[in-house]
Amino acid sequence: MKLVPSQEQRELRAAVRDFLAAASPPAKARQGHDPEVYARLNGELGLSGLIVPEEYGGAGAGFAELAVALEETGAVLLPGPFLATVFAAVALTRAPDKELLAGIAEGRVAATLALPGADVTADDTGRLSGTLPQVLSGMEADVLLVTAGSALHAVDLTAEGVTRTPLETLDITRGQARVVLDGAPARTLGEPADGIADRLAVALAAEQLGVLRAALDAIVGYAKIRVAFGRYIGSYQGVKHKLADMHGKLEQAESIVRYAAWAADEAPDELPGAAALAQAYVGRACFEVARDSLLLHGGIGYTWEHDAHLYFKRAKTDEVLLGPPRLHRARIADLLEL
Amino acid sequence: MNPADYQRAARDWLERNVPSEGRADGDPIAQAKDFMARLYDAGYSGITWPERWGGQGLTQEEERAFAAAARDFTLPIYVFSIGLGMTGPTLVDRGTDAQRERFVRPLLRGEEIWCQLFSEPGAGSDVASLQTRAERDGDDWIVNGQKVWTSVAQHADWGLLLARTNVDVPKHKGLTMFVVDMHHPGVTVRPLKDMSGRSNFNEIFFDDVHIPDEHRVGDVDDGWSVAVTTLLHERLSISAGVGMGGQKDNPASLEALRRTVDTSDPLVRDELVELHIRSRALALFNQRLAQETEAGVFPGARGSAAKLLLAELTLYQADLATRLAGPESVVGGHPLGTVLSTAPGLALGGGTNEIMRNIVGDRVLNLPPEPRVDKTVPFKDLKVGTQA
Ligand SMILES: Cc1cc2nc3c(=O)[nH]c(=O)nc-3n(C[C@H](O)[C@H](O)[C@H](O)COP(=O)(O)OP(=O)(O)OC[C@H]3O[C@@H](n4cnc5c(N)ncnc54)[C@H](O)[C@@H]3O)c2cc1C
Repeated sequence: MKLVPSQEQRELRAAVRDFLAAASPPAKARQGHDPEVYARLNGELGLSGLIVPEEYGGAGAGFAELAVALEETGAVLLPGPFLATVFAAVALTRAPDKELLAGIAEGRVAATLALPGADVTADDTGRLSGTLPQVLSGMEADVLLVTAGSALHAVDLTAEGVTRTPLETLDITRGQARVVLDGAPARTLGEPADGIADRLAVALAAEQLGVLRAALDAIVGYAKIRVAFGRYIGSYQGVKHKLADMHGKLEQAESIVRYAAWAADEAPDELPGAAALAQAYVGRACFEVARDSLLLHGGIGYTWEHDAHLYFKRAKTDEVLLGPPRLHRARIADLLEL
Repeated sequence: MNPADYQRAARDWLERNVPSEGRADGDPIAQAKDFMARLYDAGYSGITWPERWGGQGLTQEEERAFAAAARDFTLPIYVFSIGLGMTGPTLVDRGTDAQRERFVRPLLRGEEIWCQLFSEPGAGSDVASLQTRAERDGDDWIVNGQKVWTSVAQHADWGLLLARTNVDVPKHKGLTMFVVDMHHPGVTVRPLKDMSGRSNFNEIFFDDVHIPDEHRVGDVDDGWSVAVTTLLHERLSISAGVGMGGQKDNPASLEALRRTVDTSDPLVRDELVELHIRSRALALFNQRLAQETEAGVFPGARGSAAKLLLAELTLYQADLATRLAGPESVVGGHPLGTVLSTAPGLALGGGTNEIMRNIVGDRVLNLPPEPRVDKTVPFKDLKVGTQA
């Protein structure tokens, strides 16, 4: 089991962090998706191709590397279709027809994945119909991957027969769309191997870890400069002890994310339990820390101008992204054969 | 040997050598010493300690492999936990070569039992305000005073003693660390009954106890920096479970609970899932700290976060288990009653939860310190202990 990032992984982290600090700091997140930044992220850093196998033009890296990158994109609340494209890449690497991966690796194609349970059917000619009430980055993505029957299909989101409507999202930094397919042309990619949902859970947990860490860093920084009653607020135990507890959550969340990423790369037997654990623990911890970070900021934390609510809302949106969190807990109960 | 082989060999050895329950007829201390000697001779005591002083000189990888093998056994080594987890590592880090030569091997082989004499009636969290005096007398030091809450002292041969050697300087600057012979005349050990009814800790009285200067650890008046070393090891060893049984015999473990409670009830299932989540989260954190240590990153004050989380998990687990078991858990000496009664110990011993939070806040997050009224005051002018 590998719980400590390697030298190369630390270098990857530093490169992504430096790039984002300049190109997409949290202050920019509320302006939404910037296609130019997204293109550079994929071009200069090759992030969209990180987990794409080398034969499709990607870096062929594993989840340990992906997790490090997602922590950094999470920490700055990167807007746009990066996570959605990661989700799609995860599905494609497990589908028989992987051609689309080449476009993703090049950064030419932004993709998204309909979450499991979508009610979509294919007709005799392979055209798809059905309604997807919430598609992550559905307005920014070019291609939608969706399961109909037992096969995965790719739908060009600009094609005829596709209607997409942006949703008003609580998290203003990253969009969702309602997508209606009405005889939309699609290409079938075959029946994917299982384990996609587990890998999505791990990828999301890595983003959540980044959100958690940044929310904690923000309030720790503020507690060192904000004064009340003649003292820095961080010197009061009511604040300090809460921050210490938040740090404990960070340490445990990071340990779980490293473990789950390792399981995704090297220990398929452990992956289901690790993935459910990652969502059950990290999703909750991320929201709790974002919430307490906001509260400890005082009144300024409740303002629209301050970033605290952006973290709070991303944390909540992420916590419920893969379904109500009780599903992850129920999964753990099943795996433990309780 | 690769870790998997090492673990297999250790498991084999433990299967053949760990005394099974029911054989505990004779003197438990003699049995523990006998087991410890065999453990040492088999190469499983002091796995990562320097070879020169009697350790095995191996890496965290073997240590982890051994811990994994030991998880399914309850090793009868509780009485050595202070020596293995705290005083021994302190001597390895800070002792003289003569002290390491004299003390480390017998400690690892279980020939001598150690205790840690820091806390006093007037000084626990604020241990630097302690009042036990050590005064120079030629080549010796003469100790007078009282210690309390001293675990396993009733069995101990040696103690690591923190005493005041200078009252004219601020409290942290007038302390010195010693090794004291617990069999020396003038040392009186009185067992105290704890809330579980057992007697694992003691109060100790020192009346003109002589300590030779070669048993001083570190410089005169520099005992605080030695104590900090001990306390760091203490937190790490507690969170890593040195000398503690695995979860195997814990009646509040998930494995035990699932056999006794109704897991078809979704509310019960969810409680057990929560226990699983919290236990795994902490276990993985401890494993990560161990891997970092191996990679050369010393966890330092982050060990206090692990200790705090373990204390909270222990209280939560005991509380949960008794709630799930219901009325029977509180009568007739039910094992869960004992689990509940011993749970607070971990949140007090080795530094309270509040102190752990202070440490994480101050030294991990580098938050501004609290205003202090005691930092610059000479000890003799300081208010300490319990005062009306
Ligand atoms: C099972 C057990 C085994 C032990 N074994 C040993 C041993 O082997 N050797 C040894 O030397 N000692 C031992 N101890 C002693 C232990 O280290 C002390 O009990 C502990 O440090 C607390 O000190 P105290 O009891 O004096 O409580 P106090 O320090 O009086 O604390 C009382 C309360 O005040 C709080 N408090 C104190 N200072 C602060 C602060 N700055 N900020 C916020 N809250 C604060 C504490 O958290 C606590 O809630 C043991 C204790 C137990 C319970």
